[in-house]
Amino acid sequence: MSTSDRVSTRTDRPTDREQQVLDRIDKARRRKPKVREERVTMAHGAGGKATQTLIEAVFLDAFRNPLLEPLEDSASFPVDTGRMALTTDSYVVSPLFFPGGCIGDLAVNGTVNDLAVAGARPLHLTAGFILEEGFPVAELRRIVTSMTAAAEAAGVRIVTGDTKVVQRGKADGCYINTSGVGVYQHSRELGVATARPGDAVLVSGPVGEHGITIMLTRGELDIEADLESDTAPLHGLCQRLLDAVPGVRAMRDATRGGVATILNEVARAANVSVTIDEDTVPVRTEVRGASELLGIDPLYVACEGRLVAIVDDDQAENALAALRAHPLGHDAAIIGRIGDDPPGMVMLNTAFGGTRIVDLLVGDPLPRIC
Amino acid sequence: MRFVDEFRDAEKARALAAKITSLCEPGRHYKFMEVCGGHTHTIYKHGLEDYLPENIQLVHGPGCPVCVIPMGRVDDAIHIARQPDVLMTSFGDMMRVPGSGGNFFDSNAEGTNIRMVYSPLDSLKIARQNPDTHVVFMAIGFETTTPSTAMTVLRAATEGIENFSVFCNHVTIIPAIKAILDSPDLRLDGFIGPGHVSTVIGCRPYEFIACDYDKPVVVAGFEPLDILQSIYQLMLQLSEGRCAVENQYARVVPWQGNTVALKAISEVMELRPYFEWRGLGFISHSAMRVKEKYADFDAEQIFSMPGVRVADPKACQCGEVLKGVLKPWECKVFGTACTPETPIGTCMVSPEGACAAYYNYGRFTRTRIREVSAHEHV
Amino acid sequence: MCLGIPGEIIEIQEDRPDLAKVAVSGVKRSINIGLLSDDPPVPGDWILIHVGFALSKIDEDEASAALKFLEEIGQAYEDELAALRESQIE
Repeated sequence: MSTSDRVSTRTDRPTDREQQVLDRIDKARRRKPKVREERVTMAHGAGGKATQTLIEAVFLDAFRNPLLEPLEDSASFPVDTGRMALTTDSYVVSPLFFPGGCIGDLAVNGTVNDLAVAGARPLHLTAGFILEEGFPVAELRRIVTSMTAAAEAAGVRIVTGDTKVVQRGKADGCYINTSGVGVYQHSRELGVATARPGDAVLVSGPVGEHGITIMLTRGELDIEADLESDTAPLHGLCQRLLDAVPGVRAMRDATRGGVATILNEVARAANVSVTIDEDTVPVRTEVRGASELLGIDPLYVACEGRLVAIVDDDQAENALAALRAHPLGHDAAIIGRIGDDPPGMVMLNTAFGGTRIVDLLVGDPLPRIC
Repeated sequence: MRFVDEFRDAEKARALAAKITSLCEPGRHYKFMEVCGGHTHTIYKHGLEDYLPENIQLVHGPGCPVCVIPMGRVDDAIHIARQPDVLMTSFGDMMRVPGSGGNFFDSNAEGTNIRMVYSPLDSLKIARQNPDTHVVFMAIGFETTTPSTAMTVLRAATEGIENFSVFCNHVTIIPAIKAILDSPDLRLDGFIGPGHVSTVIGCRPYEFIACDYDKPVVVAGFEPLDILQSIYQLMLQLSEGRCAVENQYARVVPWQGNTVALKAISEVMELRPYFEWRGLGFISHSAMRVKEKYADFDAEQIFSMPGVRVADPKACQCGEVLKGVLKPWECKVFGTACTPETPIGTCMVSPEGACAAYYNYGRFTRTRIREVSAHEHV
Repeated sequence: MCLGIPGEIIEIQEDRPDLAKVAVSGVKRSINIGLLSDDPPVPGDWILIHVGFALSKIDEDEASAALKFLEEIGQAYEDELAALRESQIE
């Protein structure tokens, strides 16, 4: 028989053998997706099969929730009337894993905290990943698992995301961007510009732990210390404070640039002076030791789970009690006062009895810490 | 923190301040120079000048080893960093010192690999771990730091490391002090002597200041009480008509210095015939270079350098600030064209620089009410 | 850069007697004690650390003497203040 004859005599129904093969393919298609590769490749970023598998097997598998499940281009959810808060942050920390957490924890907590300190209840997060070709999938899983746990602890869900892969040598392993949306619970206007002379300045715990931990973990300085990052979700602490104290003017999450940077923002935005007392600022002994050794000031070192609050003077003690009643605010302290002179400046009363200015930091002694 | 906190006690500071004030002759003005950048830093960080009576003035000397590096040497360092397979390592405060085309950070943005290290030993470690890269250590500092560089070179020689060298910019303190003493524009009553340099060179090298120039010297520690006590000791000498070298920092500084350190320096290095100091011009026998014997570890021998002399920007008055003739705020460009974000001269860049210390810490002290006097009128 | 910090020697490295582990306020680092080879420190000694090297041993007697001097000045000052206050009350 000629080829054409063979084709023309074919019936529409597949043969048994063919059916078996088709069934097998169907079954494989419906099987739970698994990433077989040990390392991320350019294919995982191309948008095709490999991307789909990566998303389903790694991201969806971990983040699993009804809003994410449809895997549409957008997540869709209803809103009550009122005001919403929206924030975004990118995370490029190096190293990716460190005592106390990893880039995943920062990516969730950091964005949750930006919403929480604004007075909003964090609801949903997005997660965009930029992965380096060759990045171990096992490490990606670790990061994603951390994010799941962090999201649960913060009471949020990761509802949509994106994955890109860039060539080896870029993205230093993994960069993450998270955006977050929340709803305002109270109708209060919080903002550093509302700070008034007489207000008290509080901090929720010891400063500088995250930044020092990162510096030491990089290993270049050969310093050992029993320290871990303070990364934590502050939504509970913020809620506690807002519920207990009507006179909260503002809350801020002390990240890059540390507490000193926040205080400068307050001074400038409200055109007030901020004066803090050196011996009231909580600092762990090891942070102090490492800072002295390296010649840096803990006031400028990043935190990832500490809040600075400006509160009406009359309610300062209540605020302190509210913070201290929460596990994350155990070591909270009143560290200073808002004044009117000199406007726009932050002053420090040193333990020694003198006074000096705490200016905005120039340059970056600790690059890539969050 | 032990040996630190005890020397930061406010009560004792007030007591010392009262004693200092009691020794002031009415109508007389006193000017003391603190030579060392670390002392300038402490003075501003702790607001020490608030404790001193109006008629005592502290003048800042040239003891900031980063500040005195001329732009040409920064350019040379960047030139080395640009060579293939070179990793330059440097102390943190050197990273923002401007050369004629930018600083180390700017250079990194253009493709060099210049990394911060805490110790020259860290540079050596990087060299050990990366045999295909040539690691250069930008060696700066007064005699405090010179022995560390020397010991690191000796270690490299012992281990036979072939991919490590130092770009030696170590300077010596005595010629700088002498340049100050010989400068006609200055009137000083005494010196607060460098603390950590003295752990290496001892206290004897300052004797010429007391003997030949009739100025008392008190070698001081770095905590605020150390500096106040040193000022007290200077005032006591003046009031008793004495003129000598005293060691307030005896808990750390041995009178005879550190022989092992001095031996290490003289084994590896020798004095250059002259060296350019930013703002002070050329000073003879004031800086170190690596000896021929250790040429394998001398970046200046391994890499050919443009060695171009770059004049300081015209507006820059770092020289006068370094000599103690001008206070930072008296410089025409201080706080306006020259700020920590946009430094013209290195006095503003290094945290030990008089201008940076003043900008960061002391801008408002001149207008503040003195708390010390307020306390005393209880 | 002039940074010299006091630290306590925790242990000397067995295979490298020129290296010691030092503690500064709960933080540990390995430093080179080769510059003190004339009179090597032992665990418990306090030394001055600068860029990863021990420059000098801290003399505890001198430190006590320095503190004692400051205490005495402090006491004298307190006494004077007290005297001043008393005289004012009259």
